[in-house]
Amino acid sequence: MSRPGRDDSPDRLYTVTGGRSRSGPDNPFDLVTLVVAECDPVPGMQSEHAAILRLTERPTAVVEIAAELKLPVSITRILLADLQASGRVSARHPRKAAVPDPDILEQVLVGLRNL
Amino acid sequence: MDSATSDTRTPLGASADNGLKIVVVGGFGAGKTTMVRSVSEIRPLNTEETMTQAGEAVDDLSGVHGKTSTTVAFDFGRITLDSRNVLYLFGAPGQERFWFLWDRLFSGTLGAVVLIDTRRIDDSWYAIDRLEKHGTPFIVACNDFGGPPFTPEQIREALDLDPHVPLVTCDARSRESSKLVLITLVEHIQTLYADQARAPRQELV
Repeated sequence: MSRPGRDDSPDRLYTVTGGRSRSGPDNPFDLVTLVVAECDPVPGMQSEHAAILRLTERPTAVVEIAAELKLPVSITRILLADLQASGRVSARHPRKAAVPDPDILEQVLVGLRNL
Repeated sequence: MDSATSDTRTPLGASADNGLKIVVVGGFGAGKTTMVRSVSEIRPLNTEETMTQAGEAVDDLSGVHGKTSTTVAFDFGRITLDSRNVLYLFGAPGQERFWFLWDRLFSGTLGAVVLIDTRRIDDSWYAIDRLEKHGTPFIVACNDFGGPPFTPEQIREALDLDPHVPLVTCDARSRESSKLVLITLVEHIQTLYADQARAPRQELV
């Protein structure tokens, strides 16, 4: 695959993801899923993949990765799903529930009061 | 890529494992980004989402094959609450064209702060209406721009606000004031869910 250009044209975005522009409904990455690299970048790796692995040496949210890479969130989610499928990153998804866990709400309050 | 930006990042602790969301909704110039900046531990970042509307929960457009592409930009900041919980604060536009993104981007949000400029109260009506329909817990915070003061009753009246929804005044530039707004929201969410947890049992009696 050719290296993507540096401009922000839609063509670049399609190149980055191999032609995919929308992450499917089964893509599990939430805006605030915390992503952790499981390996170091290797030579020849797609530059966006390498950049994500460098960014996620410590847990980093999907939305932060998108902002740092200056890519739309949907494109970032596709890249992350690819990296996860090959075992290069792991994901810590938010605990989703119809009703928030009262313990978590209490922890949020304590955290905010301690700011 | 921009390796320079990653050098200045403030990384999370290695044990962080639960991302949480609160959304600050408001009209143009209401002070969303200011509030996010006041409480965020990182310089607010900006990102965007481009989406095609057809079939994306916009009923009257489903079946239309021509794509309507909309790009929505939003700011966000971050607050590390403890070793595991990290709160992300999103500043989101309140305009009509933004709302079809809500399910996709902000599902699972704890709640929302509707930030209003009392000189332009009408800007917020649509956001409040949608939050109510969506069932997202929210409070209303009036950002004090030093305009003519309105009584809380006048503001409630203008917004047609449910009496149970907290209404506070704040200064979005102040960290302490913005922090209090978030605390008010989370306390409101606690009350709401505590009431909901009690209600079904009462019905069964």
